[in-house]
Amino acid sequence: MKKIIAIVGFVSLALLSQAQALPESQVKNIEGKWVSTSTIENDGKPMVISFWATWCKPCLRELHAYMDYYEEWQEETGVKIIAISIDDTRNSAKVGPMAIGEGWEYEVYIDENQDLKRNLGIVNVPHTLVLDANGKIVWQHAGYNPGDEDHLIEVLRKVAAGEPVE
Amino acid sequence: MKKLLPLISFLLLTSAAFAQETKANYGELHGNFQFDGQYYLRDTKIDSTGEFYPDERFLGQGYANLIYSNGNFRAGIRYENYQNVMLGFPQGYKGEGITYRYIQWSKDGLDITAGNFYEQFGSGMALRAYEERRLGYDNMFDGVRLIYSPLKGLKLKGIIGKQRIYFQKSPGIVRAIDATFTLNDLFKGMGNSATQYSFGGSFVSKFQTANDPFLNLPQNVGLGALRFDIVGKKWGLNAEYVSKANDPSADNHDIFRKGQALLVNMTYTTKGFGALIALKRVDNMSFRSDRNASTIEGLINYVPATTKVHTYALPSLYPYATQLNGEMGGQAEFNINVPRGSAVGGKYGADITLNYAISTSIYKEYYDKTDTLNTIKYGYQTEWFKIGQVPYFQDFNVKWNQKMNKNFTMTFTYFNIQYNQSVLEDGLGDEPQIANPSASKMVYVNTGVAEFLTKIKPKHYLRTELQAQFTKQDRGNMAMILLEYSISPHWFFTIQDIYNYGNPDEDLKIHYPLGSIIYSTGTTRFQVSYGRQQRGIFCVGGVCRVVPPSNGVSISITSTF
Repeated sequence: MKKIIAIVGFVSLALLSQAQALPESQVKNIEGKWVSTSTIENDGKPMVISFWATWCKPCLRELHAYMDYYEEWQEETGVKIIAISIDDTRNSAKVGPMAIGEGWEYEVYIDENQDLKRNLGIVNVPHTLVLDANGKIVWQHAGYNPGDEDHLIEVLRKVAAGEPVE
Repeated sequence: MKKLLPLISFLLLTSAAFAQETKANYGELHGNFQFDGQYYLRDTKIDSTGEFYPDERFLGQGYANLIYSNGNFRAGIRYENYQNVMLGFPQGYKGEGITYRYIQWSKDGLDITAGNFYEQFGSGMALRAYEERRLGYDNMFDGVRLIYSPLKGLKLKGIIGKQRIYFQKSPGIVRAIDATFTLNDLFKGMGNSATQYSFGGSFVSKFQTANDPFLNLPQNVGLGALRFDIVGKKWGLNAEYVSKANDPSADNHDIFRKGQALLVNMTYTTKGFGALIALKRVDNMSFRSDRNASTIEGLINYVPATTKVHTYALPSLYPYATQLNGEMGGQAEFNINVPRGSAVGGKYGADITLNYAISTSIYKEYYDKTDTLNTIKYGYQTEWFKIGQVPYFQDFNVKWNQKMNKNFTMTFTYFNIQYNQSVLEDGLGDEPQIANPSASKMVYVNTGVAEFLTKIKPKHYLRTELQAQFTKQDRGNMAMILLEYSISPHWFFTIQDIYNYGNPDEDLKIHYPLGSIIYSTGTTRFQVSYGRQQRGIFCVGGVCRVVPPSNGVSISITSTF
């Protein structure tokens, strides 16, 4: 294992010279249409991308919490929140009714066979990304603790101002 | 290691080659790592004979993924290590090695993958290669995949390959094609239509040599599927129908019956309200790339269960999994957002979710025992619209989520579950249960859960769960308390206790205490837990697996970059 970790570390050092963009993958929107991740954008303003699932309680807590602040955050930073569900076909038909039924105003997509999740190396949901004006991933976080939104807005303020994060 | 190094060098070389072309564009690398381990303690209360106490004392397993991408090129590898697998995990995972490696590029509308890949056609009932690492579910292909879009609104896929079974390959070869037509893109006149129309079809074929001394087993088995999806502003309707040629297997006890399945989803949404109705009928739809395989091995397709997934600890002791040999049922779910400021919703509004799901066998009439020809050929007779004789599962649950003020949120959930333990845990077939309905061991469960989230001070939250579960069958009544104190963004402290006070066995009227600490920094999480865990059930691909009780110290590390 040690060797593997060393190699992983080496390769990442060798290659991680620049921030990452959202990898090209196909996701479904809630109208059931396949769209490319390259079409997900916010006109030069920051984006929050939250990976979630209908059965994931911390994910729902996170998306509920963001809803309480979404208007404020939009006014302040112009942010757009994208909620990408990793539900498979057992639950993916519920994603639309749930998102609308819960009153979420996010852009919602479904990564039904977890291709995008896999390409990003995400282990579990919830997992949250922040993308800057150029669509580069500048911050990410695994898991959700209540209150994490207080930290997220600080990150968004920096990103909106074009300042480096951490 | 010998295999890994050339791969890494290959990745570095390709990235260097690309770097020359694109001037200092080194591409991007994503990856992740997970390790889980547990030091087991001997606990005579949950395991008097020591049957579940591993010889190794400590069991651990882990993996790392690396995905490199540069422009139109992508490559990835995964190393897995099981030394040895944790209790309850499929025992087939033994040892270590590179299990996943692929290269992929897209050029002129053509997307080519060589090596390992995951794929899904339609709802998955025709074909789905999928991974769920925590459960050990991984039926990826090793082969070649082409995806081609000759024009906007038409997408074609073709694959050929063999599936993974643990560290081996399934003996069967799978060949499959799929086409999806999006009418709104294909026909100019429909471009502005508010309603989206698409339809698609698949054909999947498997080949496995056969030399059975008694049965003339088919070596090639084909499956066809048709689907459509219509989504309007408020209404949505999608359906998929699959039909399979005769496919005698260990699952269906070598009957030469054809298989078929239908899945229909209807949705209605309007601001603050969402509804889903799903209907399903499955008849003899086990489809594996090895006819002798069982449990999670070699599944080519996926027949989704139409029941809700529960995550609270007590109701999730009675989960449902699709019965591939046949089932019918459906579910209805309603999500209601009670607006802020209304009499019911209070200042912050409330969310209500109602869900009902039912599943039974399909209606079956078996042939007379002396009629071996029809029994082997068809297995049984059925009628499409007649409700099956054997109840499998029923679930009614309602959830009320209410934010009281800025610092306090309450969630109440009630569950009423009917669970056929003979089918879902013991694998008992329909025939003995139709002949004698009392052969079905039914468990009737009522559960109430109250959850409170309290803000103590900025970034400090306390989450409390109180659960009470009542049943006269199985393990009897249980009560549970959970306290979770979190300090954003790094710390989580959880303690919980489940008290199985109603267990019919006096010796098992015991407590299951468990404590965990989680530290998370960015995309890395460390978790340490200590305590006693009761027997649980994991369900994948139509099979529920019992995870034995355990006691000990477990650690888990996950990281993403």
